[in-house]
Amino acid sequence: MKSSSRLERVLTAGHFAVTSECGPPRGADPEAIRRKGELLRGVVDAVNVTDCQTAVVRMSSLSSCLLLKEMGFEPILQMVTRDRNRIAIQSDILGAAALGINNILCLTGDHQRAGDHPQAKNVFDLDSVQLIAAVKAMRDEGRFLNGEELTVPPKLFIGAAANPFADPFEIRVLRLAKKVAAGADFIQTQCIYNLERFREWMKQVVDMGLHEKVFILAGVTPLKSVGMARYMKNMVPGMDVPDELIARLKGVPKEKQPEEGVKIAIETVQQLKEIEGVSGVHIMAIEWEEKVREIAEGAGLLSRPEV
Amino acid sequence: MVVAEQKPFEEILEMIKAYDRLIVAGCKGCVAVCAAGGEKEVRFLASAIRTARKMEGREVEIKEVTLERQCDPEYVEQLRAFVGEYQAILSIACGVGVQYLAEHYREIPALPGVNTTFVGGAEKQGLWTERCQCCGNCVLHLTGGICPITRCSKSLLNGPCGGSSGGKCEIDPEVPCGWQLIIDRLKELGEFERRYLEILPPKDWSTSRDGGPRKVVREDLMK
Repeated sequence: MKSSSRLERVLTAGHFAVTSECGPPRGADPEAIRRKGELLRGVVDAVNVTDCQTAVVRMSSLSSCLLLKEMGFEPILQMVTRDRNRIAIQSDILGAAALGINNILCLTGDHQRAGDHPQAKNVFDLDSVQLIAAVKAMRDEGRFLNGEELTVPPKLFIGAAANPFADPFEIRVLRLAKKVAAGADFIQTQCIYNLERFREWMKQVVDMGLHEKVFILAGVTPLKSVGMARYMKNMVPGMDVPDELIARLKGVPKEKQPEEGVKIAIETVQQLKEIEGVSGVHIMAIEWEEKVREIAEGAGLLSRPEV
Repeated sequence: MVVAEQKPFEEILEMIKAYDRLIVAGCKGCVAVCAAGGEKEVRFLASAIRTARKMEGREVEIKEVTLERQCDPEYVEQLRAFVGEYQAILSIACGVGVQYLAEHYREIPALPGVNTTFVGGAEKQGLWTERCQCCGNCVLHLTGGICPITRCSKSLLNGPCGGSSGGKCEIDPEVPCGWQLIIDRLKELGEFERRYLEILPPKDWSTSRDGGPRKVVREDLMK
């Protein structure tokens, strides 16, 4: 094992993994995280904690990870390069490992322009590929980015994101290959609505043999309403929501749409399970964490293995 | 060139409100080319200030002058003969010009009449766009002649990010994705296969502004 990560053990043992995420609160209330965590108990193998997602200020990922760890969860620290330079990044990596956080998801992060502090100065000292390589060098070679030795290496299971739906499509698998070459152990994808396009992407992944080098967790986000589906399609760059899906939600009365959205998510997970090279699912129920259990249950993913 | 644009007129009026004798100083360099601070703009701005003051019922005396370059001590020196008769210099050169005036003429303030926006060029009449961030360590040979530091909103060296959509950047559907431009160009050059999978290491930003104020020393040119 490269790390002490429970997620690594689940995946290495060949189980189909389930992860989810908790978005920290816009305040200093630890109960907000604990409440969300409680909804995921017994449902997930590990839980991501977002890092000021969409460039909106929230409680820090690291402290929220610790709150979840105290509850017995296996947290995945999301870290963006938007807000930290290489000094702060490496420092936080050491701190996270010292606190018993075993997983990190290396991200560039959304640009602050669409966030709540568009006046902020951004950093982007590193990009996500370089961040992956930095964590790997710290873990496996015991070296900082400047080549100097560190004392105790941070034993982190290294994750990265992939968006099969962003453009240009033809480089999306090559970009994944770069992240794998840089040292990613697992991948969590952008939410999948267009299964056809995802299959096409996965075929390329398998053709390149990347699924044998990295665990791929397919992203699923349940749609609450036809309004949300339209918003995702039109307003979120790099998101692919097919018209049939919008029509399907539109075809049921408004009060039944959440139920239909959950049904779609369950069907999606069931189909993802059958795709070669997919090692698990990452269920991101945005401010709808109470539905993760239902989706996992419905897709036959409960209970979670003891490893 | 250094591209600049005039500050909002109200801001300029506020900046000069304490002064009744003023030099408006333009520059025949970059800011003249991008129509922000050349001879013509000096004339227009001086005239606008006079009109505004007339409406306030307050006299203003303005000396209009446009230097060959405000970033060169030799030309900056040309104000010496009359600067003592004025209370402030409103420079509509780039930030370099304003600072050169401030360094040379210690007894009166030098005020900025333009915002210095970026190093770029004209795309067409009336449209200028950014091309260079002056990082001090050029990588254009690796990226098909398109700058990832400038053209990618996140300055990614291993892009594009997941926000690239239909060739556009996540920050604005009007902004081209810098990495889409790079990929298209690498393909044109037949370099895509060779270049794209190469992981570019973290950049050494010490040659950029992050290393502190920079200088170029050419001893061969020093006498």
